[in-house]
Amino acid sequence: MVAESQRACIVGIGQTEFSKASGRSEQQLAAEAVVAACQDAGLSPHDIDGFTTFAIDKSDEIDLMRSVGARDINYTTRLPQGGAASVATLVHAKNAVESGMCDYFIIWRAMNERSQYRFGQPSVSLSPDAHSSTFMEWCFPFGAQTPAAWEALSCGHYMNTYGVTSEDLGQISVTFRKAAATNPNAFFYGKPITLADHQDSRWIVEPWFRLLDCCQESDGGCAILITTRERAKNLKQKPVPIFGAEYSMLFNHEIISDFYEGDLLHNDLAIRATEKLVNACGIAPKDTKVAMIYDNFTPQVLRQLEGFGYCGLGEAKDYVADGNLELGGATPLSPNGGLIGEAYIHGINNITEGVRQMRGTAANQIKDAETAFIGSGVAGAIIGKAE
Amino acid sequence: MNDTTEKKNRPMRPDPIPRIDSNFFWDACKRGEFVVQKCEPCNKLWHPPRALCPVCHSSEKTEAKLSGKGTVMSWCRQVRPASFLFAESPWVILVELDEGVRMVSNLEGEDAPEFGMRVTVDFAETSGGKAVPVFRALETGEAG
Repeated sequence: MVAESQRACIVGIGQTEFSKASGRSEQQLAAEAVVAACQDAGLSPHDIDGFTTFAIDKSDEIDLMRSVGARDINYTTRLPQGGAASVATLVHAKNAVESGMCDYFIIWRAMNERSQYRFGQPSVSLSPDAHSSTFMEWCFPFGAQTPAAWEALSCGHYMNTYGVTSEDLGQISVTFRKAAATNPNAFFYGKPITLADHQDSRWIVEPWFRLLDCCQESDGGCAILITTRERAKNLKQKPVPIFGAEYSMLFNHEIISDFYEGDLLHNDLAIRATEKLVNACGIAPKDTKVAMIYDNFTPQVLRQLEGFGYCGLGEAKDYVADGNLELGGATPLSPNGGLIGEAYIHGINNITEGVRQMRGTAANQIKDAETAFIGSGVAGAIIGKAE
Repeated sequence: MNDTTEKKNRPMRPDPIPRIDSNFFWDACKRGEFVVQKCEPCNKLWHPPRALCPVCHSSEKTEAKLSGKGTVMSWCRQVRPASFLFAESPWVILVELDEGVRMVSNLEGEDAPEFGMRVTVDFAETSGGKAVPVFRALETGEAG
């Protein structure tokens, strides 16, 4: 058990604007976000001594150091698994500062995934060499070539088994867009949708995903600064403690092409991450007052609600229909509008929103939230109210 | 047959991506054989292929012939964007083969996919003259 003075806390968050055409390099977005996170905390970027991001990010530690002037890095790591690793960055950040390896650790993400390339479309630049998953090698020659297609294959059996309809999925999009509509930072600020809008949107992958079931390709960057509670005393913001951060990697499971193991009903990876989280900090996701759950595609929210223990197997569509995820519900879902409503900064903007909720500074602030859960498929974290 | 006709008749399907550990699979398809990686010492079957048997760690990998029969476990069709390098987006299926391994493939023929549909293997040529396994519905009464 780490001494409370050495507990990892989030002390800075930074981001660029979220758009479809940033007009500058991904490297600049990354550097701007990192500097903003340091300014938020009142730390010189020169003092950063640890970094992480995750796969499919074109910016780079060495280049980032050149731009922000970080002098001396003790630890850097690059996680596999794409956006599913977004919350796993907190595991590494926590370990890095609690072990004493790093004093000031930065998580960053920056992408021009709409203007520079199309993140949701087939890309020949993705390595077929089984990096993270086998989706290129074993799906591409069969015409399943996009994240939406891989996700549809992995969720189809679940949706068929439990009778999840397109309207059920639409309700999730409506919830995200309703929250985004009152978040000035959201790309879809002031643009709520109705269930009819969802039902009228075109098919992306038949017969599962319409356009409004998919997160948006976004340009933008986010960064998060972590240090110990003791060091946080010398910084500007009240620290947001990380009570627990865990992730799971299980045999023969892939990430988005996770259909070679298990019954495709139980969310094995989220179940395992939840067990570890409860063991680590004694707080389950459902014990928190706000749930930031990775929403690349709407069915992923259902499967994570079950995997992270909010409801039983096959019950998630009813959990949503009962209004639990509304801003006034039992476990409000992503008050920033999530990745579908705010922006798809590959999950990291759900962590920054979790921090705002704990600081009491969010656009759609949940009242009396003592803790928040942040989950990304294979990883989960519990953070606490700013102290 | 002139050049234009020949080009038009060339199948619109991307070639499989060659990798050292999986070339045996595509080479077998080209011969019209449907195989899967088998660990010789412990008899286990693995797909997608991998460097070592994860149970006994033997590198003694052979090929086991599959019956070619299986059951549709999930399915979809990519609409936007349409499947790249295909004339028309195909039905994509996740098949659980009778031998227990799962594989992504296509359903060809007149039938639309259904959950639990019984299917049998066939082979489709690719634009570069390679071959991949595809499936068609098993007719009622057909063995399997």
